[in-house]
Amino acid sequence: MFSYAPAPESRSVVEIASSYGLFIDGAFDPSKDGNVFKTVNPATEEVLAEVASAGSEDVDRAVDAARRAFQSWSTLPGSERAKYLFRIARIIQERSRELAVLESLDNGKPIKESRDVDLPLVAAHFFYYAGWADKLGYAGFGPDPKPLGVAGQIIPWNFPLLMLAWKIAPALATGNTVVLKPAETTPLSALFFADICRQAELPPGVVNIVTGAGDTGAYLVQHPDVNKVAFTGSTEVGREIARSVAGTGKRLTLELGGKAANIVFDDAPIDQAVEGIVSGIFFNQGHVCCAGSRLLVQESIAEELLFSLKRRMSTLRVGDPLDKNTDIGAINSAAQLARITELSEIGAQEGAERWSPECQLPDRGFWFAPTIFTGVTQAHRIAREEIFGPVLSVLTFRTPAEAVEKANNTPYGLSAGIWTEKGSRILAIAGKLRAGVVWANTFNKFDPASPFGGYKESGYGREGGRHGLEAYLA
Amino acid sequence: MTATASIGLSDLRSFLHGLPGVDKVGVESRAAALGTRSVKASAKASAIDLAIRMVDLTTLEGADTPGKVRALCAKGRRPDPADPSCPAVAAICVYPAMVPVAAAALAGSGVHLASVATAFPSGQAPLEVKLADTRAAVEAGADEIDMVISRGAFLAGEYNRVFDEIVAVKEASGAAHLKVILETGELATYDNVRRASWLAMLAGADFIKTSTGKVAVNATLPITLVMLEAVRDYRIAYNRQVGVKPAGGIKNTKDAIKYLVTINETVGDDWLSPDWFRFGASSLLNDLLMQRTRLTTGHYAGPDYFTLD
Repeated sequence: MFSYAPAPESRSVVEIASSYGLFIDGAFDPSKDGNVFKTVNPATEEVLAEVASAGSEDVDRAVDAARRAFQSWSTLPGSERAKYLFRIARIIQERSRELAVLESLDNGKPIKESRDVDLPLVAAHFFYYAGWADKLGYAGFGPDPKPLGVAGQIIPWNFPLLMLAWKIAPALATGNTVVLKPAETTPLSALFFADICRQAELPPGVVNIVTGAGDTGAYLVQHPDVNKVAFTGSTEVGREIARSVAGTGKRLTLELGGKAANIVFDDAPIDQAVEGIVSGIFFNQGHVCCAGSRLLVQESIAEELLFSLKRRMSTLRVGDPLDKNTDIGAINSAAQLARITELSEIGAQEGAERWSPECQLPDRGFWFAPTIFTGVTQAHRIAREEIFGPVLSVLTFRTPAEAVEKANNTPYGLSAGIWTEKGSRILAIAGKLRAGVVWANTFNKFDPASPFGGYKESGYGREGGRHGLEAYLA
Repeated sequence: MTATASIGLSDLRSFLHGLPGVDKVGVESRAAALGTRSVKASAKASAIDLAIRMVDLTTLEGADTPGKVRALCAKGRRPDPADPSCPAVAAICVYPAMVPVAAAALAGSGVHLASVATAFPSGQAPLEVKLADTRAAVEAGADEIDMVISRGAFLAGEYNRVFDEIVAVKEASGAAHLKVILETGELATYDNVRRASWLAMLAGADFIKTSTGKVAVNATLPITLVMLEAVRDYRIAYNRQVGVKPAGGIKNTKDAIKYLVTINETVGDDWLSPDWFRFGASSLLNDLLMQRTRLTTGHYAGPDYFTLD
């Protein structure tokens, strides 16, 4: 075998401090009560930094700062706000190598993804919404739409900087100010973003970053002076947030879990479908809410397709996230690894057949080999529950109608994929799928101009595109 | 014959049109992703030596003379006169008229001698002329024949005619290895590339080759990827291995390594050998040599330190 020598991206392009404070009103400060937590590199379990844990008084201070900043930020001409956003986008591009390495260190995702997917999309998102800032009157929400005020935003750990961009870019473009809480296991890129805000001379208080765990998020959501809550994360937490916001008059958007069907018809371009299945479930270790975690394959080609899929999976390279040739990096946390492991064991107990390619996993850190389950039925838990890891459940169908029925037979509805060479079939099936995003002959492709969001328990509201402005405008 | 019996000539069209389609966006993005693999240090050194051993060092000009061909043969036998550890190329590829000269120059070297034939590059000649062209090249000492298919016939849907021509040329080639040039730049779509690959393999090709090097679009990574998928699937179906030769437009080491990566991750080890993969190229060799010297000495030498072809 032609083996590639190690090709590690240099860690020295990023300088991580030993401790970080909260970013409130344009300055980094420790938390009021001095509480901190550690963030680790999931590939090695090495502690990367200590980060302040925001309590209720810290959140109060952040919301106050955002409220004060709102007065002037919301009255700036859109063209002026755009300048800041363009500046932020450019700085992100300039610092993209540093940010990509940082993201891979704190999250565990392979450098080729943070470098080629996350960072370009982050910059693109800021560029895109910068363009809207002075054209809001033409966005279809009335001649003079107004910002809401202070947005409390809570983001997950799977795409830390990208989810930050999805939240902050439209909020600022529309004239809102924000208090954002990054995930507990991946706080660092948000703190580096805070530094970028200072570099861009963004007025203090327009962006505030409060790090912490679930409690910090709960304070933020419940804060009476927050006008808008935007959350991306689990359906369970999303429900709690919806409950606590109910009746308060706060606007809410939720982007929650998924159990997407990736439907492969017998006339699909097989080699490309295999690539789409692989990127659908193994991209970002399967830590993707819109991952194609249920493969629905037409029974007449199931054997052939699975043969090709397994062969392709045998070439996946699992290991050091900083190696440029790594395809699958580390699972983000011990807790997530435990959940993936548990659900996979349940899958095997329930009678599904488990398969992974041979692969050597590192001794330290959190790892899970790419895995597929065949012989899965709608009744299996691994076909119903979100695993959020590199685990694919394979089901079969006989007719297009059955494919649609099975695809929709889930409490979720975030995304779906269709693979066929027949254009008319793509259009017919896409119209019947209850999913916010339907990909045809591709999967897991993102663009800032395209709205993203879910049906049913996958949440409500849309992020991205013109639609994404609506959540931040009155 | 290999597989024709099991398919039946009359079914050729339905067979070729029944092959899974190729999604253009998907295959191009897969090729681009393979192109991002980082091959450094020891991996790069062995990749460069392998690539040199896979080169079909080629001259196909109206201006080719015996002197030019002899110089090319000397270069192919010993690409880096300053370094005896540098391997020889796989073959020298010339026009039929130059085969006698090349045969003499390569005698005893182990370097193969390939000749284009069948009214290269257009293939627009009567079958008898093409067969005579082929026989002449083999008789003069070529042990590999690079034939062109009739793209006109293929595009007109006359698959049986293309098939029969390949069968006839294969027979005329005798013991020589037959490389079938699809001229993918003229076939235009990936679906056609896949169909033509299968057609050539079913007709008995030992190698399928992308291009003549004489049209606007020559070898590309996604086209080669589609052809590699075809030889992979063909071997599973018919238990016979067919080689692949991208030709034209592969000019530097970086590109060559992308091809090796694509072989590695599409068909694997079995094709990582000059017996099963070739680069049809001329200027590629000097870049490989330059990079090879850089890896051993730590610095780049100027072009004057590498011989002209």
